[in-house]
Amino acid sequence: MVDLATDLGRGLVLANPVMPASGTFAEGLAKVVDLNAIGALVTKTITAELRGGNPVPRVSEVGNGMLNSIGIPSKGIDYFLAETLPFFRQFSSPLIVSVSAPSVEAFARAAERLNADGIAGIEANISCPNIEEDGKAFAMRPSTTEQAIAAMRRVTDLPLWAKLTPNTGDIAAVARAAEAAGADALVVANTILAMAIDIETMRPTLGNVMGGLSGPAIKPITLRMTYQCARAVSIPVIGCGGISTASDAVEYLLAGAGAVQVGTATFLRPHAMTEVIAGIAAYCERKGIARMADFAGALDTGMREPDVMEAAQ
Amino acid sequence: MRQIRISDDRAEPAAFAPTVVDADARVVANDWVNAEYKLLVLDAGPGAAAARAGQFFNIECPATGEDQPFFRRPMSTYAADPATGQVEFLYKVTGAGTRGLATLVSGGSVRILGPLGVGFSLPRGVRSIVVLGRGVGLATLAPLAELARARGVAVTAIVSARSPEHLLSVARFEAAGARVEIVLDSDGSSAPANVEALLRRLHAEGRADGFYTCGSNRLMVLMQRLAAELGVFGEVAMEQQMACGLGMCFCCVRNFNVGGETVAKRVCWDGPVFPLAEATSW
Repeated sequence: MVDLATDLGRGLVLANPVMPASGTFAEGLAKVVDLNAIGALVTKTITAELRGGNPVPRVSEVGNGMLNSIGIPSKGIDYFLAETLPFFRQFSSPLIVSVSAPSVEAFARAAERLNADGIAGIEANISCPNIEEDGKAFAMRPSTTEQAIAAMRRVTDLPLWAKLTPNTGDIAAVARAAEAAGADALVVANTILAMAIDIETMRPTLGNVMGGLSGPAIKPITLRMTYQCARAVSIPVIGCGGISTASDAVEYLLAGAGAVQVGTATFLRPHAMTEVIAGIAAYCERKGIARMADFAGALDTGMREPDVMEAAQ
Repeated sequence: MRQIRISDDRAEPAAFAPTVVDADARVVANDWVNAEYKLLVLDAGPGAAAARAGQFFNIECPATGEDQPFFRRPMSTYAADPATGQVEFLYKVTGAGTRGLATLVSGGSVRILGPLGVGFSLPRGVRSIVVLGRGVGLATLAPLAELARARGVAVTAIVSARSPEHLLSVARFEAAGARVEIVLDSDGSSAPANVEALLRRLHAEGRADGFYTCGSNRLMVLMQRLAAELGVFGEVAMEQQMACGLGMCFCCVRNFNVGGETVAKRVCWDGPVFPLAEATSW
């Protein structure tokens, strides 16, 4: 029996390292999959304010990936606490609430409201536009990342994760800023800003013109970012991006991730997460590894100074 | 499910019992029924075959040399028989997903997720219904005709099509004991004014205290207006592009008119069957 437990800081230890990526999981999965078998449950992003979401079409399929611009529809924190939280409390898996806000102050107010029974941690979706910074996402820059995470850190003792955006020039610097501001773990990464055009209708395939790319198409990019962030910080990194099989997940663990999130794959195969858990255990057994935590970050680059950017030049 | 302890602390947790099945189904047949439509018959097992009228499945469509469908494709249930474990889908071969589906052969297998969504209801007191559909919308309505017969409810099926060779499901409705009225573009009988006169006549004859429609915005709008005017119960099965089919991705939203307020609902989760009065034109 392989020990798949992973310690994500501030006392939060998961029985296994697999969880849903925010936005790809909701109550409906409980009809198909035993949610008690999942390492943690991560909600869709909620906001304090009511949000309707973006015009349709909200998704389109692009070669081996998915383009989406859902727009974070949210019924607000009151609704979440009254209606959604009780549903998830019936499961033993720790519940992580993804939250977003349009300003630093609003992030802090939202985090404060999530100090509730049944909430095991907060994932700050700082990949959303900051209205105080001309709509630029908080996680595009170290300074705004630090402000948002520090403001939340001041009001909550819950495990606090920062979900970073890949749409930035220096993700390691952003990662260090989140760590300095008191994040307990990082989620690397969100979707990659992208678009597609239907040449017959001469229109964008998404109602919102641009959207986020996810799925197998982005895995090499977000894997590289996970590797960079894991080397840049000492807090756990949760890998996210294009994971649909156990071997994808093992790549992330080798690159230094302490856990992984499975997203788009669940839309195609509802059992993707449980298959990944079983596959990681099988990999450990095949390699003679008794504790998964022992091989996290065990990547052998064969390089004395493993600076991939310099090596690539 | 929360574990219930009876007396022994070492009691096994209650086994997880899915209410939606994600499984490989065996292809029994996948044949053309006319120049555009194929009928897929699957041996899907009792869980899937418990699908109720109006529910759907999310089907993993095979990739072909030319097409690589990424998402699954939602298909309304054309027939489901718990006794045989068989589930049937009637589909128009039109895009990457359905072209892939069309390549399935008897003896092969296909991954299906279902049954999904909220199906049709037949409220107590509704004794005779009219189902009005066009194209693949008729596939969605056919199981309703059978459900109605099983409940002793009379059915009139108004089957709309471009021309006689495009008619679908007529024999199916007749076998379910429905009175079938055919309206066609080719002879002008499918014009809204004519369908309206037909619906008014059926209502006047006491043969329409429930209205059900699928597959045509024009027919939905007509039936919605008449249902409101005549005080007839009504439901509509809606379509929308979907990804997960389980209410998780929030891509299949449509706007509905709920008591004068516009409300976005997920077609896969809140529907695909909705109160006719709430539907908005698409």
